[in-house]
Amino acid sequence: MAEDEPIKKMSIICSKGSLDMAYPGLILANAARMSGIEVNLFFTFWGLDIVTKKRMNRLKVGTVGNPAMRLPGNLPFPTWMGAIPFMSHIATWMMRREIAKLDQPPVGEYLEMLHDAGAKLYACKMAADMMKVERDDLADGVDDIIGAMEFYEVSAGAQMIFI
Amino acid sequence: MSEREIAGTPVAFDDDGFMTDGGQWTREIAGTLAVEEGIELNDRHWAVIDFMRQDTEAQGQVPSLRRITKLSGVGTKELYQLFPKGPAKKVARIAGLGKPKGCI
Repeated sequence: MAEDEPIKKMSIICSKGSLDMAYPGLILANAARMSGIEVNLFFTFWGLDIVTKKRMNRLKVGTVGNPAMRLPGNLPFPTWMGAIPFMSHIATWMMRREIAKLDQPPVGEYLEMLHDAGAKLYACKMAADMMKVERDDLADGVDDIIGAMEFYEVSAGAQMIFI
Repeated sequence: MSEREIAGTPVAFDDDGFMTDGGQWTREIAGTLAVEEGIELNDRHWAVIDFMRQDTEAQGQVPSLRRITKLSGVGTKELYQLFPKGPAKKVARIAGLGKPKGCI
């Protein structure tokens, strides 16, 4: 196979449930569909929150232990400040606003868009059992609840990203 | 950069096959580029292309797919049916606009 063969299929595993870890997977998946690349998403562990109706539009930014965190205008934000009450709420509110400014939809709407664009969304069976999440708790765009082995099957021929 | 004749006029393209001079675009050229992409243009395709060109002129930048699906009257599902296998580049190429750079 030639080295620069175009990518035809992607599998993206989303394992984190914070706002700033949810969007990269969604954006990469959507960019794949826009480019005509087949894409399967697997939501596991905290990543299951991204496709859980009651939680998907309430994802938050974690402020504790993130040395990359900064204040508007690139002012420093020492890591200890992340533990101040409501800091996570403020950071979440700010990031949501910035995301919306870039015309990126909220998570729930993003899932609909991905589904309509032909991306396949799978919830992890084990994570669903662990979090006591049932099919009805999941966003409408979710195609199925499957195990890791089955996800490898649907991923045949794909390149994989773990987030 | 390359130049070739479409519908009797010379048209300039970049290395990725996108027109470099939007002023050269005509509906006949769009039809020819669409056929190259395996698409026979109908009214719904034109709704997208016309919206893109009008919006680009009004906003000074090529609209994102999300903007198209929100405002053109053609939703996400239909857009992917009209321009299968990668609507972002196909739509922009047929509409005579540059290669899309956005992420949405």
